Amino acid sequence: MMSHAAYVIASYAVAAATVAGLILWVLTDGRARRRELQQLEAAGIRRRSAAAPAGERE
Amino acid sequence: MSESSLAIRKFSDLANPTRFLALADRVLPWLAALTLLVFAVGLWLSFATEGDYQQGETVRIMYVHVPSAWLSMMCYTVMAISALGTLVWRHPLADVSARAAAPIGACFTFLALVTGSLWGKPMWGTWWVWDARLTSVFVLFLMYLGLIALNRAMDDPSRSARVSAVLILVGFVNIPIIKFSVEWWNTLHQPASVIRLDGPTIDPEFLRPLIVMAIAFTLLFFTLHIAAMRNEIWRRRVASLRRQAARNAGREQLSP
Repeated sequence: MMSHAAYVIASYAVAAATVAGLILWVLTDGRARRRELQQLEAAGIRRRSAAAPAGERE
Repeated sequence: MSESSLAIRKFSDLANPTRFLALADRVLPWLAALTLLVFAVGLWLSFATEGDYQQGETVRIMYVHVPSAWLSMMCYTVMAISALGTLVWRHPLADVSARAAAPIGACFTFLALVTGSLWGKPMWGTWWVWDARLTSVFVLFLMYLGLIALNRAMDDPSRSARVSAVLILVGFVNIPIIKFSVEWWNTLHQPASVIRLDGPTIDPEFLRPLIVMAIAFTLLFFTLHIAAMRNEIWRRRVASLRRQAARNAGREQLSP
């Protein structure tokens, strides 16, 4: 039989771990996507709306 | 210009993903700071207030359990509104919003289930019972997982958007079932004690930290949701740029 405090600590620990995981996922996902966009930009691939030189448009 | 048409224009301005990204960049640091601040106050109150005369220390589990459960339902409601946005108004960000919300909702539903279990063991003497409240929240958790799986199974967002929007709306029937399950059926879970027509029946000593924590969790949700929406817009841009690059490469090969 666990003490009451152990249940409270376990609850807060699970909550902290889940929220931390969620925040970490959002941050790393954002960083990876931003890096991909920069790589595409560096390769000269730009969105059509982002001022493509005249003549390249379809 | 009348006030309502101005409001409509402001809203449709948000439909432009580029505008949304600019807004997200501006809003996110403030929202994150505010979330941290309210969490600091909420956590301090959660441990500074007294324990319950019957439940003792375990009453503190309530301050994470109830806000998680509240978010699990609010997140699904946000998804349902987004699904309407996809089907009725064809708002370009509606599907982005629904898709970004699903993993966040799944996490908070998971938290509500686990903390509920950890509270149930010392207070009810059991980790789990298949009563109406617990079962309907478990079904909500499965629905979140199903929607995430569906989103991942379909590569093309424009095709998966309408399918998942219809599924989200069908699943919305579960939300009132969860809310009223404790009144319609005889459950081990207690009936509502905060959001009731005749006002809260819970002592202010517990209500204060509970409300601050609920606000903190809600702010956390919107911070994460806006950030996840921004990620989803970037993900779609990367995909469309890669398609564009592949098309261009194909054209160069065809024309000598």
